[in-house]
Amino acid sequence: MIDFELSPEEKKSVEWAHEIAEKYFRPVSRYYDEHEHEEPWDLINTMWERRGEGGLMGLGIDGALRTEELCWGDAGLALAMPGPGLGGAAVFAAGTQEQWGKFLSRFNEGKPKWGAMAMTEPGCGSDTSAITTTAVRDGDYWVINGEKIFVTFGHRALDLSDGIIVVWATIDKSAGRAGMKSFVVEAKTPGVRVEKLERKLGIRASDTATVIFDNCRVPFNHILGKAEVKTKTEGFKGAMATFDATRPIVAAMALGVMRAALDMLRDVLEKEGIRINYGAPRSKQSALERDFMEMEANYKAARLLTLRAIWMMMNGIPNALESSMAKAKAGRAATLITQRAVELMGPLGYSREYLFEKFMRDAKINDIFEGTGQINTLIVARHVLNFTRDQLK
Amino acid sequence: MISFSPTEEQKMIVNTVKQFANDYMRKKFRECDEEGKIPTDIIDTSWELGLVVSCIPEHLGGAGWAHSAVTGTLIAEELAWGDLAMAMNILAPSLAILPIVEMGTEEQKQQYLPRLCESKFKAATAAFIEPRYNFDPSELSTTAVRKTGYALNGSKCYVPLADEAEFMLIYAKEGTANQCFIVDKGKEGLEIGERDKLMGIKALPCFHLQLKDCTIPLENRLGGNNGCDFNRLVNLSRVALSAMAVGVARGALEFARDYARERHAFGEPIGSRQAIAFMLAEMAMDIDAARLMNWEAAWKLDRREDATREASLAEMYAADMVMRSTDYAVQIMGGHGYIRDNPVELWFRNGRGFTIFTGMAIV
Repeated sequence: MIDFELSPEEKKSVEWAHEIAEKYFRPVSRYYDEHEHEEPWDLINTMWERRGEGGLMGLGIDGALRTEELCWGDAGLALAMPGPGLGGAAVFAAGTQEQWGKFLSRFNEGKPKWGAMAMTEPGCGSDTSAITTTAVRDGDYWVINGEKIFVTFGHRALDLSDGIIVVWATIDKSAGRAGMKSFVVEAKTPGVRVEKLERKLGIRASDTATVIFDNCRVPFNHILGKAEVKTKTEGFKGAMATFDATRPIVAAMALGVMRAALDMLRDVLEKEGIRINYGAPRSKQSALERDFMEMEANYKAARLLTLRAIWMMMNGIPNALESSMAKAKAGRAATLITQRAVELMGPLGYSREYLFEKFMRDAKINDIFEGTGQINTLIVARHVLNFTRDQLK
Repeated sequence: MISFSPTEEQKMIVNTVKQFANDYMRKKFRECDEEGKIPTDIIDTSWELGLVVSCIPEHLGGAGWAHSAVTGTLIAEELAWGDLAMAMNILAPSLAILPIVEMGTEEQKQQYLPRLCESKFKAATAAFIEPRYNFDPSELSTTAVRKTGYALNGSKCYVPLADEAEFMLIYAKEGTANQCFIVDKGKEGLEIGERDKLMGIKALPCFHLQLKDCTIPLENRLGGNNGCDFNRLVNLSRVALSAMAVGVARGALEFARDYARERHAFGEPIGSRQAIAFMLAEMAMDIDAARLMNWEAAWKLDRREDATREASLAEMYAADMVMRSTDYAVQIMGGHGYIRDNPVELWFRNGRGFTIFTGMAIV
């Protein structure tokens, strides 16, 4: 039955996340935006201690909705919170049950830990199949060599905790995409190091690292999926299966930022005595009302596409098309809504006294990471046309 | 629990309607548009599906099914995929039936509903839209004044099947509130004017009407002393039209997609070019988003909650979406899209109407 009602547990968990976002994230939002690379340890420790109360960001409907709430509070800080992250999602999507236990249980014990995923390289971004990092088998080990950039949580996973980093490498260059595999590298493994931390337009509280793998040796069973290069695209499919799970989560992050801008805009307007008259015909709406309604409609559109993609995943329905739809729509909507909010607020919108300009800077990353809007649109187009990647480049 | 899956029963209904839309509506829609009429056999065949009378209580001749706006949107999408003008014709009696079933007095139900529960299609309709550029549903200029009966004055347009309707509902302002009045066929003071000449939905007979001191009994105010929930009726119409917008746009997407796969230029299908492919992707995303927003609004209406915000946003999004999608479909086909041998120009004309059509269908 078509239903949009959250279960009581889901509702509670969303409320919990909203409270956290409002109470802990928002008050320090501006500070950590202006003090990039400073660790919000108080917040990290608080969140780590309270993780059992409702869980943080995560897979599933409630996980996505918590993600929305936390990013409503602050998208950068949400991306600083400890947890399995994209690395954990990759282990979950492509790993065995044994590997779940080995690599994921740490996120429930001891000190704060982070999980990261390393895909992008200096020479390749959207074309993930062009990676040059190699993993060569040496007896009971894999030896990994290469350079990864734009690794979210890279520094926190490797330097600040006993975290994990999932790295994508090729085990057979001649096999192309089929040779792509992912490996779990634990913190303190010899041969892996963080080279540099990026300085960014937005989400500044989130660390974005360059990670070097220099003869980094990991045990053989750290490979996610099979070690053989069999079918043409099996390895690559592992990466794509991960994306099917993680793209809606990134879409949920975008939802948080756009709703933050919308809520704040609505508050300002209401204080000025302006209420949105939803039922009014176009000829009777002000341009501002119309803009607001369009922004809100796009937020709702993105939100429902996101929830559908997650619902499909949780029910075991293939969702490659729908998760790309959600990501493309949410990334774009967040970008445009936050830009429009700055415009509508005029001199207040552009001022660092208010958060509108920060929302706009934070939002933009959602149109870029985890597959740009264009890459996701391309995936949607291939599904619609039933074209292969050779038929539609 | 969040779910995006229709029930088994809804899936069955959708399949039946889909089949009908494909086998009957799609075979004739161009001819109907050119000739400005719909063959009665198509309408009678649709009648056998029992779509509009299903919500009438059994003792009054219907099937007594619980009304569901969500199910209604699923049906409306499929019918509009078949053809918008025919869909509006088929569903026109609902414009009178649903408000009476939901809000009518027992006497109103007994007097009017059995008249439509016959073996053949019987027309009934509602007059909502008024001929002004700045028509506002919340500020109707048609008036109802209570005397010994209600005296109705004003003008309406875009009234589907007004010429053959057994009776119709007329929306008018009584004092400061919008109300709805049941008016019998041939009532004195009800003048059915000329047929509207429209850009699209040309197969559907729509009419202007004039109300000149049209006086009806006091008990013909919908809901009697309680009146009606006008807002809810407008919202039920919003979700009906938004569902139809989704159906029209889906048809346009499918046609343009097939064309983009088959039409070759510069040695490859035009769909192999991102300029074309990205238009199709945008259409697909917007169509799905519009459908989901509309489901949510309909779901809220089924829970008897105020859905003005959801339904208005869904309506706005769907109306923009269908205009853009049908425009893209014409654009993707280039000169061929502009030719009346192909259907996309018809959908493009129909697509423009969704910012205007609210009040012409209800689910």
